Amino acid sequence: MSTREQFRPEDHENDHFLLTSVVGSYPKPKWLNRVSDLAEDEESKFTEEHLKEAHDDACRVIVDEHERAGLDTVCDGEMRRNEMVEYFAHRIEGYEFNGPVKVWGHNYFDKPSVVEEVSYEEPWLVDEFEFTTSAAAKPVKVPITGPYTLARWSFNEAYDSDEELSYALADLVNEEIEKLVDAGARYIQIDEPALATTPDDHAIVGECLERIVADIDDDVRIGLHVCYGDYSRIYPELLDYPIDEFDVELCNGGYEQVDVFTDPEFTMDLALGVVDVHTADVESVEEIKGNIEEGLKIVPPERLTVSPDCGVKLLPREVAYQKLANMVQATREIEAELDSGELDAEALRSDAA
Amino acid sequence: MTELVATTPGLYPLPDWAKDELSDLKGHQKGDLISGDEDESVVGVYDRARREVVQTQEDAGLDRVVEGQLRWDDMLAHPLTVHENVETGGIVRYYDNNNFYRDPQVRDELTFSGDVGRELEALADVADEGLQAVLPGPYSLADLATDEFYGDDADFLSAVADFLAVEIEAFPDHETLFLLEPSLVENPPGEGADVRASEAIDRVAAATDADVVVQTYWGALEEKVYAHLMDADVDAIGFDFVTEQDRSLYNITEYGTKDDVALGLVDGQNTLVESPETIAERVEWIQGQIPSQTFDRTYVTSNTELFYLPVNKYEAKLESLGDAAATEVNA
Repeated sequence: MSTREQFRPEDHENDHFLLTSVVGSYPKPKWLNRVSDLAEDEESKFTEEHLKEAHDDACRVIVDEHERAGLDTVCDGEMRRNEMVEYFAHRIEGYEFNGPVKVWGHNYFDKPSVVEEVSYEEPWLVDEFEFTTSAAAKPVKVPITGPYTLARWSFNEAYDSDEELSYALADLVNEEIEKLVDAGARYIQIDEPALATTPDDHAIVGECLERIVADIDDDVRIGLHVCYGDYSRIYPELLDYPIDEFDVELCNGGYEQVDVFTDPEFTMDLALGVVDVHTADVESVEEIKGNIEEGLKIVPPERLTVSPDCGVKLLPREVAYQKLANMVQATREIEAELDSGELDAEALRSDAA
Repeated sequence: MTELVATTPGLYPLPDWAKDELSDLKGHQKGDLISGDEDESVVGVYDRARREVVQTQEDAGLDRVVEGQLRWDDMLAHPLTVHENVETGGIVRYYDNNNFYRDPQVRDELTFSGDVGRELEALADVADEGLQAVLPGPYSLADLATDEFYGDDADFLSAVADFLAVEIEAFPDHETLFLLEPSLVENPPGEGADVRASEAIDRVAAATDADVVVQTYWGALEEKVYAHLMDADVDAIGFDFVTEQDRSLYNITEYGTKDDVALGLVDGQNTLVESPETIAERVEWIQGQIPSQTFDRTYVTSNTELFYLPVNKYEAKLESLGDAAATEVNA
């Protein structure tokens, strides 16, 4: 049985249901950045306790923003996370931090070092999930940085190869997901941007995913997000991954790579990016509907999820909101057109094949 | 008995205070990166940072002192991205790393720039002795750039080589020149292009009286590329023994090497710090593998640039290199 129907809202107005979602990150409110700085300033009276309260407030605000945009599944926009590797490395035993390293220009990140065997000490995201769930009326999706990316974007001092480190981390991700599922999570997304850089390692990511989903209930929806890259280098191999949904960034490349996914036939659910996160121009509802139809060339409507290309945190907040709102409206209009027969999904698919 | 010379291929991480100050002064966007005509406040920060990395090298006991290439926002593409006849395009990936640089699009003739020469003048003002210049090799620099003027790969490589040679002629006195050629490994030249790559390196090397080391990394050179590189009149070829031992040794035993050699023994991309003893053992071990050849001089270095590392680890690695070269090696 598909893991998708559990996310259909009770009051969903159309027979067709294209699941709408986000990839994860969302612009932080300016005040949150300000108070994060304050909390680090020893002379300020703004304490860690105050910062936690600010994170809770930000989470409520962003969940509300997602719900106002009409999304079927929401998250907290990663308000508590500073960066996608650092956040987890701080919670995993075996990591240490030595200072910032350059990514490009004057953009740096605190690339951590794995200095001994990694181990699981405390839950990473359970508190975040429980709080977000309490703040949300809609089901909550949990994005987690994948083990391959956690390994590749760290200095590896302790393991013979990045592959070995990836597998050790995959076992920890599995442990975390078990705890999230116990807490009620039903929609997990593994983020593996590093695979876009080194696609030849797709088999390592596959083995990581096997470890990640081991003993996880079948009704938990597991997605994988891989940022823009040459998808032909991991397709069709990725069809063997033990996941429900593959999330792609295709809008950014003008859907030039749709053909990659039509031959051989795409056999899992597709989560399609339909708004570009690298431009602050808000796509119109009509334009987004055209983008959704690109996805319908690959999978039938009951297997299509609609989301932005990637995390939207670098966009101005009002632009991010409007993109999501237009995306949901476009999706609902496509559903209605599918219901009425105005839009023929089968024809779209057979024309593309 | 070989003379051990501790050095590095340059391109250091900025001191953390300079990262902060320059972030504030310059900004984080593509258009904010170094242009070659930065204002006084920015120049001032780089001057202080340069003095600091020179001091770090001297304290570590390195035998050669580099400028640190702290202004090279675009890494090895820098000499072109600041050129007046080059426009910078999008942000592109730097080899297989999670690092990015601006694509230098060459739109007109590669005339004399003087940018790197001015950096070295500034280095000469603060360093006492053992000056080492660092440049991208012509093959790598051409490989990192987009030619929109010369129209032909061979002509473009030749123009890049001439450009580097003219830049070098304006350098102050220096003892050593490191030419960094990772593209020879990462994107090896094919038939014909391998000969041209070697000739281009030869032309660049001829522009200086200093000892010239061609540092190759991220693996070993393909046999034919190596054989052609041996035709270039340089003083040493640098081998990446961190990434590839067997094939590096194979090239040396099969085709010989120059009278001097550079051994990349310290990992420029991992925070695990090699001890001086480990480095000295590796030098001995490699020499033991090549009984037919003794080197007049062995440059002991990191395999790659060092900007990938956090500051504390890069400093620790320099210290290890300095201490290792000071150790007696029984070769």
